[in-house]
Amino acid sequence: MATEVMETTSTRNYLNNGHTVKSWLLTLDHKRIGLLYLFSISIFFAIGGVYASLIRLELITPEGDLMTAETYNKVFTMHGVMMIFFFLIPSIPAVMGNFLLPIMLGAKDVAFPKLNLLSWYIFILGGSLMLITMINGGIDTGWTFYPPYSSIYSNTQVTLAGVSIFITGFSSILTGLNFMVTIHTMRAPGLTWFRLPLFVWAHYATSLIQILGTPVVAITVLALALERTFQIGIFDPKLGGDPVLFQHMFWFYSHPAVYIMILPSMGVISELIANMTRKRIFGYHFVAFSSLAIAVFGFLVWGHHMFTSSQSMYAGMVFSLITYAVAIPSAIKIFNWTATIYKGSVSYDTPMIYALAFIGLFTVGGMTGLFLAALGLDVHLHDTYFVVAHFHYVMVGGAIIGYLGGIHFWWPKMTGRMYPEVWGRISAAIIFLGFNLTFFPQFVVGYLGMPRRYHAYAPEFQVLHILSSAGASILAVGFIMPVFYFAWSVKFGKKAGNNPWMASGLEWQTSSPPPTENFTYQPVVTHEPYEFEHVEEIKNAGKLENKTA
Amino acid sequence: MSLLTILLQVPFLPEQASSFAQEVDMFYLSLWALTIFFSVAVAVAALFFMLKYRRRRIDEIPEQVEGAMALEITWTVIPFLISLFIFGWGAKIYYQMYTEPKDAMEIYVTGKQWMWRAQHPDGIREINQLHLPLGKRIKLTMTSEDVLHSYFIPAFRTKADVVPGRYTMTWFTPTKAGTYHLFCAEYCGTQHSGMIGNVIVLEPSEYQQWLAGGPKEASPSATGQKLFASLACNTCHYDKDGGRGPSLAGVFGSQVKLENGTTVIADEGYLRESILNPGAKIVAGFQPVMPTFQGQLSEEQVLQLIAYIKSIGAQEGAVAAKPAASPAPPTAKASPAAPTTQAPAAQGGQKKD
Repeated sequence: MATEVMETTSTRNYLNNGHTVKSWLLTLDHKRIGLLYLFSISIFFAIGGVYASLIRLELITPEGDLMTAETYNKVFTMHGVMMIFFFLIPSIPAVMGNFLLPIMLGAKDVAFPKLNLLSWYIFILGGSLMLITMINGGIDTGWTFYPPYSSIYSNTQVTLAGVSIFITGFSSILTGLNFMVTIHTMRAPGLTWFRLPLFVWAHYATSLIQILGTPVVAITVLALALERTFQIGIFDPKLGGDPVLFQHMFWFYSHPAVYIMILPSMGVISELIANMTRKRIFGYHFVAFSSLAIAVFGFLVWGHHMFTSSQSMYAGMVFSLITYAVAIPSAIKIFNWTATIYKGSVSYDTPMIYALAFIGLFTVGGMTGLFLAALGLDVHLHDTYFVVAHFHYVMVGGAIIGYLGGIHFWWPKMTGRMYPEVWGRISAAIIFLGFNLTFFPQFVVGYLGMPRRYHAYAPEFQVLHILSSAGASILAVGFIMPVFYFAWSVKFGKKAGNNPWMASGLEWQTSSPPPTENFTYQPVVTHEPYEFEHVEEIKNAGKLENKTA
Repeated sequence: MSLLTILLQVPFLPEQASSFAQEVDMFYLSLWALTIFFSVAVAVAALFFMLKYRRRRIDEIPEQVEGAMALEITWTVIPFLISLFIFGWGAKIYYQMYTEPKDAMEIYVTGKQWMWRAQHPDGIREINQLHLPLGKRIKLTMTSEDVLHSYFIPAFRTKADVVPGRYTMTWFTPTKAGTYHLFCAEYCGTQHSGMIGNVIVLEPSEYQQWLAGGPKEASPSATGQKLFASLACNTCHYDKDGGRGPSLAGVFGSQVKLENGTTVIADEGYLRESILNPGAKIVAGFQPVMPTFQGQLSEEQVLQLIAYIKSIGAQEGAVAAKPAASPAPPTAKASPAAPTTQAPAAQGGQKKD
């Protein structure tokens, strides 16, 4: 882990450059904006987590006894809405992307710093509206908002929630736009496309989806709000509309949105594995282009959410086939990461534990996606707990594990302090165990026929639900622990120095925490990423060791 | 009971009670075998490399292994071939499930917040239950009165969304007598998890007994015929040409030429649209004079009308001649509250077999 700390002479950094509230709320510094996001999405994650706990508590018994059906429906809806729109979609891009992307490119900031701050304010506006929706009684449509239930029958705050999501979408579009322009125009001298860290490639692919996909969901929720308010007959069959049209429009964004959540996490995992094994990523070009392939193919598979929706059988076949095409680039990544560990110099520090957990859980998550893409099998599995288990393996086992791994890895860069390594490993292990105990039983109960979004269920499913709820309580402990030790480390953690992991990458060449302008000199890139013979700290550590020996 | 014995009692598969169940289970288990194979292979490789190549010196810089094209191609092509195979198998089962079966017994199903109604070919109705004869091919024609629902019978491995404004179809052949779960699988509001019921598969003789034990009800097509007369449809739609509307004898399943020059197949969806939104597709040679019946008919009544129109197709208009020959008395026009709506639907559901 951390070796001899090279104390940097510069003590001025982005954190102590202004201590007033105003200096934070009006900051144009991408690093401070990243921390603003970190703080806000952590709150949304906590709210979403409370809802998750309520779901798991209700499902301990088959009867609907803890809360009414109406409340339960609101709880699972708010869990989904909070976690997807206000945590997973912004998570890695808005926190780590904001903080790291300009530094990884050797730039002083993103291309449009004011737009960057604006996107945080838009996010907060959207999030506040969702909190108001919640306080006003919430919504009970499920996060998918299918009409005609959402447009005519639901008595809850659907329009307000729709406005909130409409607004929040612009935050995502602006962030994507900002990153894409930054990557195109602000790379340091010598930083060619194939010298970019894979984290940057993943964010480029993500930005593409954010820019092209998010406007469609904005149109969709707008159409829904108009339909609900003025009954114009877009989705209502009685007025000549078509409820299935909504599903097409919704999934045209919401399937690619899954890749907005997972691609950045894949970018993080590439960084963790390369730096924790001191190896160039095996098949760098394949991993880079597989991100783009996922982003592009991801737009052509939305119909696989609709195999039983009454869409044409032949449309179903085309969507199934293309879905298998998306599976290939994901498989390529898994194989290349595993091959990267081969003959590496493997560290067992927390970020590597998370990377390993990601490989395992994402493999299961991805493979169970093959079940759901298989037409004849999906007829049985669709809308059961099998689907719930599958997307939690991808979203929690993939996206959140990658997020946590990345936070541990870059924490010393963000704060200048190390988190306590032992606690990091313990909480990673608890999360891994708790996660599997929570979600693996759901594959089984789903195949047995337990439908999603059921407040009460048949008694024979109870054993599996109890296992799942028990796992959720363990998972909760694993998620709460980092809050405490990260907070502790800000004051009491060991000083990190510039490059505690002896990692390659421009972000490790500047001080921790970095100065406001990121670098005190203009970095020039002379080699490909993940070339560890250029890392000064490794050489120095060797010299020090030889001296003491 | 120890925890282990409890866990061992949890089944891994639901009961296999339809002709699809075995193949779907076989497919499912094969995919688990594949998943376990790949997950274990990746996990063992990753853990092995982690142990074998753990960092031994702080300044260790491992020898770089450049990517290998042969390996990349191998692990692209093999998953690709495997996924093509999975696609093919899945598509084959799906094709069977969603292709209309021949000679199937047709049951009409309507979903409504939060209950399932079904009407059997000879008229018996039930709520939240579905009695079926063993070994007979059954086709469900389904629609919804309000929001989206989904008709899901886990023991049969079949599911199809029930969509307002259109008809959807699912079919199966029950292969094992017993009582199985019926679930609504598409979220439909407050009592979604209460929109459940039982599918009861009976030996064919028991099924006949069950049918005989129920209250006498007219078949959907007979009810439809009465409705056809009471709504005065027959004042325009004769059994032969010459009415203000096209003749409906034999129309079901035929190609219909429209005013705008195109043709459509007269399936359930087309007939439904023509009743509820008559202006949408005008048959060539006719005027758009028909009033809409939107809001005047329940989905069940629309299905009954369609059942009647289908039946006059089957009998080539022979029976339909009667009402047309002697135009219905004007009084029969009165209200849409046709006698059929008083049918004891609610009791039909609670009936014991």
